[in-house]
Amino acid sequence: MIMLDSIRKAFGARPVLDGVSLALEPGRISALVGPNGSGKTTLIKCILGLARPDAGRLLLDGTPADADGTYRARIGYAPQAPHFPANLAVGEVFAMLRALRPGATADEALLEEFSLRAEWETPVGTLSGGWRQKVSLAAAWLFKPDVLILDEPTAGLDPIAAGLLKHAIRSARAEGRTVLITSHILSELEELADDVAFLTDGRLRFAGSVQALLAETGTRRLEPAIAALLRGLKVANGGAR
Amino acid sequence: MNAATLTVPAPRAASPLGLVLRAGVRDLARNRWLLAYGIALAGIAELLFVFGGAGQQVLLSLLNATLLLVPLVALVFGTMHVYASREFIELLLSQPLPRRAIFIGLYLGLTLPLAAAFVLGVGIPLLLHGTLSAAAPSALLALAVVGVLLTAIFAAMAMAIALGSDDRLKGMSLSLGAWFLFTIGYDGAVLAVVSMFGDWPLEKPLLLLMLGNPVDLARVLVLTGIDTAALLGYTGALFRRLFGGALGPSVALTALALWTVLPVSIARRRFLRRDF
Repeated sequence: MIMLDSIRKAFGARPVLDGVSLALEPGRISALVGPNGSGKTTLIKCILGLARPDAGRLLLDGTPADADGTYRARIGYAPQAPHFPANLAVGEVFAMLRALRPGATADEALLEEFSLRAEWETPVGTLSGGWRQKVSLAAAWLFKPDVLILDEPTAGLDPIAAGLLKHAIRSARAEGRTVLITSHILSELEELADDVAFLTDGRLRFAGSVQALLAETGTRRLEPAIAALLRGLKVANGGAR
Repeated sequence: MNAATLTVPAPRAASPLGLVLRAGVRDLARNRWLLAYGIALAGIAELLFVFGGAGQQVLLSLLNATLLLVPLVALVFGTMHVYASREFIELLLSQPLPRRAIFIGLYLGLTLPLAAAFVLGVGIPLLLHGTLSAAAPSALLALAVVGVLLTAIFAAMAMAIALGSDDRLKGMSLSLGAWFLFTIGYDGAVLAVVSMFGDWPLEKPLLLLMLGNPVDLARVLVLTGIDTAALLGYTGALFRRLFGGALGPSVALTALALWTVLPVSIARRRFLRRDF
């Protein structure tokens, strides 16, 4: 289980995360939602150590994350807009990733399902955005990580690849792994997510199960539920903004 | 590289540093701009041989080309490369690797291909013509050392600049500014000081000033190897008078080596601290 404990992060004077505490449970798919600029990507980067929180702790199964990043062996991450060295072939990217973790067993199921072998010798720089996304997702799955962090994973994927991805996400849940997804496509999250964390202006406004969110907002779909949360905020702020 | 590479089970263990380095070198070895750089250097060297006359003159012209081109390419190419590698750096940072190792791998992955392009680009025409190596072997070695050290210094400077600002335009401007400062501006300022305070005993302060510019140090290091005091410039001639014999080159070499440490440690510090 991943625990975020009062994570704070400011870029200059602008607070991006303002004391975020969140638990990500194994065997569940958590959706991280929020408007643009709400701090979703920064939160993910704080989990990975790409950004350094100003305050707060990150715990994995109760153990604080180490500074050298050994804990990242347990996390598979697919970033929002993946890029690789343009002149490396797809096969070389995977060979490098595997060489970085000698001894780790590789799970090439997603790699095969995406037919990446067909592009094995293609320089990554000449791949389309969708194919780069496939490379990135297969790389995230490569070492059977306990935790999968997927930032806008279906962006750029064709419907078939998106379907394969959703299947892989559900299998990961069935295997008891922790999955965190961000997406702007709420219908897609609705299909997958067990839990929702809603972030605006660097604060967590809601964290709980999808059912709890629907019950709280008196709605039956995720989209009106999020809209209701946003409306509630505006009312609470006295309509300011 | 073929499909069989991945189906081989456990890959041999290697240090993360070495792997990052290998990936970086592999990537840059196929970079068209780097190839163009090597070919341009070779072309300049070849032209100098064809039209440049005797050995020492060729060497001097080559030195001047090196002092201008190597910092320019290392700064501009290095800055662009760091910006272009941004997502790759993020991919590496999301792996279970310490940042220290990633930094050294990235730095050497940039510096070694650049230095190799220099050594091969200048070296191949020199070897083909052969005459020069017999004429001034120590100066030739000094030129190679200087080219590699200048690459190491200005590639690190490029990394420090690019890691210090996410604004690519600002980064490129700073890089070009640094190139102008170290290759042209600094000497101009020194000259201005000399002409303004010509009546004062300036020798020692000027020597100190020369230590402040790696390009000047590089020039002195090569020129002390050949017998052309007139070409050393004001500070260079002073330098040779004060540190004659074997001491001169070793002082200049030490100073250049120290000059490498400075931008590398700034770049490293920025890399270890920054958010990606």
